[in-house]
Amino acid sequence: MSHTTPMKRIYVFKRYERFWHWSQAVLVILMLVTGFEIHGSYHNLGFERAVRLHTLSAWTLLALWAFTIFWQFTTGEWRQYIPTASKLVAMARYYMFGIFTGAPHPYHKTVLKKHNPLQRLAYLVLLALVSPVIWGSGLLYLFYAYWGRLGLDGWLSLEQVATVHTAGAFMMLVFVIAHVYLTTTGHTVFAHIKAMITGWDTVEDDAGAGATKPR
Amino acid sequence: MHKIARRMAIVLALCAASPTGLAAPATPASTADHSKFGELAGPFDSGEAVTKACLKCHTEASHQIMQTRHWTWDYANPATGQRVGKKTMVNAFCIGDQSNEPFCQSCHIGYGWKDKHFDFSDASRVDCLACHHSGDYTKPFGFAGNPVTVRSEYPPGSGKFVEPIDLARIAQAVGPTRRDNCGACHYNGGGGDGVKHGDLDSSLNTATHELDVHMDKDGLNFSCSTCHVSDQHAVAGSRITMTAADPHPALLRGEKTDRNPAACQACHGDKPHKERLIDAERLNAHTDTLACQTCHIPAFARGGVSTKMAWDWSQAGQLTAKGKPFQKKDGHGHVIYDSKKGAFVHGQNVTPAYQWFDGRVTYTLQDDTIDPTARVPINVFHGEPGAPNARIWPVKVFHGRQPYDVERKTLLVPNVAVPGDTAFWYNFDWPKALAAGAEATGAPFSGKYDFVDTQMLWPITHMVAPKEKAVACHECHADDGRLAGIEGVYIPGRDRSPWLDRLGWLAALAALLGVALHAIARILTHLRKED
Repeated sequence: MSHTTPMKRIYVFKRYERFWHWSQAVLVILMLVTGFEIHGSYHNLGFERAVRLHTLSAWTLLALWAFTIFWQFTTGEWRQYIPTASKLVAMARYYMFGIFTGAPHPYHKTVLKKHNPLQRLAYLVLLALVSPVIWGSGLLYLFYAYWGRLGLDGWLSLEQVATVHTAGAFMMLVFVIAHVYLTTTGHTVFAHIKAMITGWDTVEDDAGAGATKPR
Repeated sequence: MHKIARRMAIVLALCAASPTGLAAPATPASTADHSKFGELAGPFDSGEAVTKACLKCHTEASHQIMQTRHWTWDYANPATGQRVGKKTMVNAFCIGDQSNEPFCQSCHIGYGWKDKHFDFSDASRVDCLACHHSGDYTKPFGFAGNPVTVRSEYPPGSGKFVEPIDLARIAQAVGPTRRDNCGACHYNGGGGDGVKHGDLDSSLNTATHELDVHMDKDGLNFSCSTCHVSDQHAVAGSRITMTAADPHPALLRGEKTDRNPAACQACHGDKPHKERLIDAERLNAHTDTLACQTCHIPAFARGGVSTKMAWDWSQAGQLTAKGKPFQKKDGHGHVIYDSKKGAFVHGQNVTPAYQWFDGRVTYTLQDDTIDPTARVPINVFHGEPGAPNARIWPVKVFHGRQPYDVERKTLLVPNVAVPGDTAFWYNFDWPKALAAGAEATGAPFSGKYDFVDTQMLWPITHMVAPKEKAVACHECHADDGRLAGIEGVYIPGRDRSPWLDRLGWLAALAALLGVALHAIARILTHLRKED
């Protein structure tokens, strides 16, 4: 990529955010791996260990989310996920064409707007669609023993719940594939990943890009 | 060191002084020493004489036992409306009792049942010793359930003799039922150790923890009656009317109940697994679909005694060139062919088959019409897949091949074991043996017979393994696992939606392909620019 504009470093991902991201990444991958073993797609750890790890990961991720929701609201970071239509088409066009021709990235990352419009939309879909599918079915699955006491016996079958849960898993798998690939689309292949590790990203220094490091 | 030694000495001294301490002298459990009873001084010339002595104190004992199936071998099953019981039932092993009573009634708790004229109301004919002796009482085959008190030649004219036993000495040593008392018959059904059940054989007399956690001789050391509790001589538990599901907590001592004390749940309750909070009672949820035995008895015939898995009567009757019956054995010393009985298949450490079962068992009885074109079920375990009153149970599936009346399409009972002209074991003549058997059962016999494939099921419920040896999750939660083909239950790891899988993997593949093409395009366009 041609660097015609001056670059500067900004602190995008705070320490908790990075901890959240990477522990969530590990847990999601672990749950995909163990989940598809429970599903019977392959044999690796053994069914029993897969179930144990899957359950433990689920509880851990729930705890992580409890902290993260608290963090999002106390820091106001939740606003980063409000979807926007502006530049959405431009972003899509960039990934389809501009990225090959070396066109400038249509979105300028700042500390206050760290996700591009496509990202925001993707995360919203993840949060509003995929998560409820996975967690709703997953918790029902986990608490199967309590269905009678909860009066769910006549309404649900394990087959339905497992099928929905599997559908959610496939959606998550597709997300992970796309997400991991798109990390390579920064100004260098590993720029985004480096940013998620160190917190610092390098962006074009156009006017008023914001404070380099928040308080 | 001195302090510790002194404390140990004090503890030991306390133990010795304590009435419950290890060093205390052993007190007999019973308040009665039967060897001190004048009534039992003997000598006794018959079993009946012993029973008459027993009844002087235990005045109601015979009347109690005479109400039970141990005495009548006859049972009207309220759950199915069938008249069953060993007296008339047909099985796939030695087939039937009638016409063979003098031989088979060694396992009747009575004296002298040699034909249909046996007096079931004679209290002195109840055999108290069969269940209460202390180890050396025998009722040899051929004596209609009588012990031998005078040296006797058997079979008559054979030159073989049965030695007498001293009934007085045996009567003086009676006690509560022991495993070997019950086992004398319940281990040896079908004509030998472990033959029929698969989960009951003499290895249980000296069971290890590995073989059965309850009967472990160095552990709990249960007798049969610890679970098969008896009340007025009626022993709990039956394979004809089984308790297939018992979704209740453990019974409290003294609780008024109709529940079966021999069911696992009577002591353990139906939610017995202590699990981590995060596992949300996953194992306990299994008890809504599985019998306890399904996981906790991974295999039967585990004690070193083999069980018969198949018996082909149609092969019986082959003789040597000199016209003598013979036996063939396999490498383990198991008889695989016997002229008297036919060919056998043995099994040890056998993985059970599994099926839904709600406790109802129906039998193919002597009068029932069979379909000889298919394998005839001697018994059927009923249970609707997924029904709330049914559970998935482990069973032994036994295959027989046995005689039937070709014209009447009924199973036949052969006369085999009683020395004489009609008995198959003595003359190897099927028509005679089958005619004599039919006469004893009261059924007409067309004279035309053939052999039909049969199947008999046995519930697997003994030989409970240590929990570490329970069936592992993956043995059922897998394609082609133990429960392959069991309907009415969704088993993760076995069951999945094929169309969702296709769609899901296609989507993942499309995503991978998409990003790969995108990446290649990026690399190619980047290279072109560098040029």
